[in-house]
Amino acid sequence: MIELLQRIFGRQTSKSSKNVAQERLRLVLMHDRLDLSPQLLEDLRTDLLNVIKEYMVIDEGSMDIDLDHDKECVALVANIPVVRMKRLPSN
Amino acid sequence: MGEGYVVTSGKGGVGKTTTTANIGTALAMLGYRVVLVDADIGLRNLDVVLGLENRIVYDLVDVAEGRCRLRQALIRDRRLEGLYLLPAAQTKDKTAISPDQMKELCAEIKKECDFVFMDCPAGIEQGFRNATAGAEKAIVVTTPEVAAVRDADRIIGLLEASDIRSPLLVINRIRPRMVRMGDMLDVNDVIEHLAIELLGIVPDDELIITSTNRGEPAVLNSNSKAGQAYRNIARRVAGEDVPYMDLENGEGFIERIRRMLGLRTG
Ligand SMILES: Nc1ncnc2c1ncn2[C@@H]1O[C@H](COP(=O)(O)OP(=O)(O)OP(=O)(O)O)[C@@H](O)[C@H]1O
Ligand SMILES: [Mg+2]
Repeated sequence: MIELLQRIFGRQTSKSSKNVAQERLRLVLMHDRLDLSPQLLEDLRTDLLNVIKEYMVIDEGSMDIDLDHDKECVALVANIPVVRMKRLPSN
Repeated sequence: MGEGYVVTSGKGGVGKTTTTANIGTALAMLGYRVVLVDADIGLRNLDVVLGLENRIVYDLVDVAEGRCRLRQALIRDRRLEGLYLLPAAQTKDKTAISPDQMKELCAEIKKECDFVFMDCPAGIEQGFRNATAGAEKAIVVTTPEVAAVRDADRIIGLLEASDIRSPLLVINRIRPRMVRMGDMLDVNDVIEHLAIELLGIVPDDELIITSTNRGEPAVLNSNSKAGQAYRNIARRVAGEDVPYMDLENGEGFIERIRRMLGLRTG
């Protein structure tokens, strides 16, 4: 009965097929787009490096950047050993 | 010098040919000179949707291979001044034409008209590369379904990696009643995922099927809601600012109750 009422008033139940589609679409697009080319990942690495280098000295050789993903979510994981902090003007 | 659009989707059967035929016809109704190119080699379709299938003598591959001149292969629509079709080859293999030949051919066509639309085959193989080769703009067609939106996303990625910038989106076959019931992705859901500019929304409409049966694009029928949507899209392509169609129109609360109770609405 509640469902009928909700249908008459056009409300969406939380399990409406639209919401299911939304969530599946979000996941499937995320996984499709993860297929970054090595070139893109390399560009990202260079850009990140340049930003970080303004603040600290890092060990570029042993820095490691990758995308980590399981079924539910994706993380950009970066392991960047810091050699020493730079002395910033404001300090 | 005309503008070249490719109409593409990735997934098959979402309405590329319908969209090409209707936007082209509507632009011709507005007085533009339009050439529609059926780039779906081996699966000729656009001629039937336009009702021109009995008048084909030469095709795209004949022109590319120099068996006839472009003018001999173009079929002029008798209903509308300024609308032409360049049919696809039916029997030959898909590699019968290369992207470079296609580019050259389109450049020649553009000298003679205001708009060229390439009806792209489904998929991301050579047929897609051929259809995009002669275009500088793209219209991506999708339906509000997970598989279609996903394939559209792939196509947008490929288009952006080629020379085509800022593809435009057409969302086809929207069923307002299902959207209201929470049983269909709505326009905003789709745009949010694809993040490209919306060119238009087209309702699911039985008149698309009857007009395809007759070979008369729905834009020629003033009773067709999809036809109206495609006429709006054509005006946007021509640079006009036209508000998006209100698909909710005509069905308020009372109508909804009547429909729920199985009463016919007017
Ligand atoms: N808005 C609409 N309302 C109802 N039917 C539609 C609509 N748009 C398209 N169709 C129907 O969907 C079917 C597929 O359309 P169409 O041939 O245009 O798709 P396509 O993307 O060109 O397919 P293909 O990938 O095979 O080339 C046709 O039967 C057409 O009549
Ligand atoms: Mg088609």
